[in-house]
Amino acid sequence: MSELIIRFLIGGAVVSLFALLGDILRPKSFAGLFGAAPSVALATIGLTIAKNGSQYAATEARSMIWGAVGFFTYASVVCWVLMRYKLDTLLTTICLLPIWAGTSFGLWYWLARSS
Amino acid sequence: MIELKWSSLKETRPSEYVVRFVFGGACTVLAGLVAKRYGPSVGGLFLAFPAIFPSGASLIESHEKKRKAKMGLDGTLRGRVAASVDAAGAALGCIALAVFALILWKGLPTYNAYAVISGATLAWTCIATILWAVRRRREFHRLA
Repeated sequence: MSELIIRFLIGGAVVSLFALLGDILRPKSFAGLFGAAPSVALATIGLTIAKNGSQYAATEARSMIWGAVGFFTYASVVCWVLMRYKLDTLLTTICLLPIWAGTSFGLWYWLARSS
Repeated sequence: MIELKWSSLKETRPSEYVVRFVFGGACTVLAGLVAKRYGPSVGGLFLAFPAIFPSGASLIESHEKKRKAKMGLDGTLRGRVAASVDAAGAALGCIALAVFALILWKGLPTYNAYAVISGATLAWTCIATILWAVRRRREFHRLA
């Protein structure tokens, strides 16, 4: 339980820090980079190495690549939909989250089957 | 030109900071729980989960709307275009995020963990900035 609380506090702090950087940096297109900063990874990887070792963390990092490809696809589609249809931002970003899940898990499953 | 605009911190309400903190903390806990239940291979996917992207993008829209409302204008469309620009930036950041993960994957089993994490973070910063600069230059030449 205490590990979960530590994860929560560190995760919240690191993610908030990157979000703050995104707030104060200009131009907006540059600040947008921080929307895809490795905040969750940085918050969690140290704890993972301490508890489960470097090999375990490396296995997580390998899958993170497919998660990043999913994030790229998701962010690109969000960008296109917002620019093309000018829909509500929160609604669009939440409704399109399955694109991240579909791409990430699809790639992970496909690579797991082919190896 | 990249610059810091400290005054934009005042535009964010305390409750919005709390929401980000809770989202970030929850996503970190979720990544840990998924890894514990289904193994590191599945849990790793959540290290690249768009944790605060939806709330960040909607904040940009609402700040842009407020700014326009002060001038007596409806900033809804402009806010959504600004959020779209933010998403384009995030897409570039994702390419750097994949490189960050690649460095961790290849480096952690062999080298010192602190050095690998520092190198991967530096690589993310450099690659994201270079990609942004290249794209900006291309757009500039296209418009010129």
